[in-house]
Amino acid sequence: MNPDIRNDATALKGRSGQMDIDRIKADFPILKQPVNGHRLVYLDNAATSQKPKQVIDAIVKYYNESNANIHRGLHTLAEKATSAYENVRVHAARFIGGVDNSEVIFTSGTTESINTIARTWGEKNIRSGDEIVITEMEHHANLVPWLVLSQNTGATLRRISLTPDGQLDLTNINDIITARTRLVAVAHMSNVLGTINPVADIAELAHRRGAIVLVDGAQAAPHMPVDIKQTGADFYAFSAHKMLGPTGVGVLWGRKTLLEDIPPFTTGGEMIREVRFDRVTWNDVPHKFEAGTPNIAGVIAFDRALSYLEELGMENIRSHEIELSGYAINRLLELDGIEIQGPLDPHLRGGAISFTDAKIHPHDISTFLDSRGIAIRAGHHCAQPLMRTMGKVATARASLYIYNDRMDIDALIDALKETRRYFGV
Amino acid sequence: MTNSLDELYREIILDHYRSPRGKKPVDKVDIASDGQNPSCGDEIAVQVTMDDGTVKDVHVDCKGCAISIASGSMLAEYTKGKSLGEVKQLADTVKKMLKGEGDEIPPELEDLDALKGVRKFPVRIKCALLAWMTLVEGLKNYENGKTGQTPLVSTEDES
Repeated sequence: MNPDIRNDATALKGRSGQMDIDRIKADFPILKQPVNGHRLVYLDNAATSQKPKQVIDAIVKYYNESNANIHRGLHTLAEKATSAYENVRVHAARFIGGVDNSEVIFTSGTTESINTIARTWGEKNIRSGDEIVITEMEHHANLVPWLVLSQNTGATLRRISLTPDGQLDLTNINDIITARTRLVAVAHMSNVLGTINPVADIAELAHRRGAIVLVDGAQAAPHMPVDIKQTGADFYAFSAHKMLGPTGVGVLWGRKTLLEDIPPFTTGGEMIREVRFDRVTWNDVPHKFEAGTPNIAGVIAFDRALSYLEELGMENIRSHEIELSGYAINRLLELDGIEIQGPLDPHLRGGAISFTDAKIHPHDISTFLDSRGIAIRAGHHCAQPLMRTMGKVATARASLYIYNDRMDIDALIDALKETRRYFGV
Repeated sequence: MTNSLDELYREIILDHYRSPRGKKPVDKVDIASDGQNPSCGDEIAVQVTMDDGTVKDVHVDCKGCAISIASGSMLAEYTKGKSLGEVKQLADTVKKMLKGEGDEIPPELEDLDALKGVRKFPVRIKCALLAWMTLVEGLKNYENGKTGQTPLVSTEDES
């Protein structure tokens, strides 16, 4: 191996740019437990992140001190819970670049956020003969809702293909996004390839053609500064659980004019203004889209996750992941027979690094790594069409976050070498 | 070192994985059945030559993990020379063993016993089952006098 890399790794242990990784690790209780007799090396962050004690404590504190249903009760606890919940909306609006608070809708996650738009805006606006454009790298969450919508309406689903190194191939983009295009749905960052897509350029073209743009930000929002206005998106979706927050909480941001124009997705309590036995009027946005009792504890704890990320600084997080992804990619490429899917330049990508071993199935790699305390993901990563495009049945994926350091990558590389020896290939 | 990893990947399994039996294509295809587990990406093709009601030759082509390859290799080794009824019985025994519904593996088939370690890894049971269920589907087709490919078999609902 390259001796410079090793020296550098020792020098940087525990620190990465502005971030003190050892201190960050100490905030995550789960990272202290051994797994299968080894130090836990958690590299499955694209699936879900771990939670710092601040977030876990916030959940406990809410149930201990302010549990009540929101927006209804007139008692002290109800007011406390409502005000805490609504403050998170303000916080989330600020986190994504300072949007109007009423444009922030809490959902159960990215999947529900995207389905909400497909089932409301989509069913209202998409007709037979229209075209919906997606990309070949979409997660099923930003693919299946559009496939179903196109099947139900007679619209055509078109797609932007990929370059060999896993970036969007925009050479014939003018033939794909046309006057027939009604909506373009694109991932800000790929969960398989790590690729960061030029969403602003795509949105600019889509808007010129009269189409609207939905951006799946599930992988981008946790890992890089996101200013929604700069993305050009009309709708933007992301999940709390991939960014230190609880599961079951997500955000759907939408332009107010669009949100006001579309019908609600789920109907019932909270989302109404007035109900009679023969008619109903809807509440204002965002409440029109938040039927029933939401995940109040989750939303309130998400506030702490956002604060944690802000205290570190999203720019610093991005720098850390560029540095660590670059290191991980270089070290993976030292191994014979390992192929990395997606761009190799860490400036073009995030820290979700998919790879295949010419001789060992990703599931065998994952099972072996688990026996060494290393958690990665193996499989199709909810992107079966992408796997087919790449000619793979599955990949192994190591994905990084704020608490990972070069020691974690070194542990991964050592265990991958051991995997080869174990299977005798 | 003995741990659950070594129970899953027993030496017998690794041996079948490294040099799978049944690699050679059969001369005459009487039974052909394909299986696929989309969530793993495992794909298998099983082809059988029959002779007077017994399995004369078996070809297994498996692209998958060590467990699915080893299980397919054992299938190729242990079904040869058996009658249709015996093969079905054996597939049923393997299925029961993998699902923890019975341990009775005949002593002369000790390699199959090595698949028991899979039971501690519930998500991998479907890998060990794929070859067997794919063959069973082919047998059903053959018994019903149908020719040609069977519908694609999957074992993803099995575990």
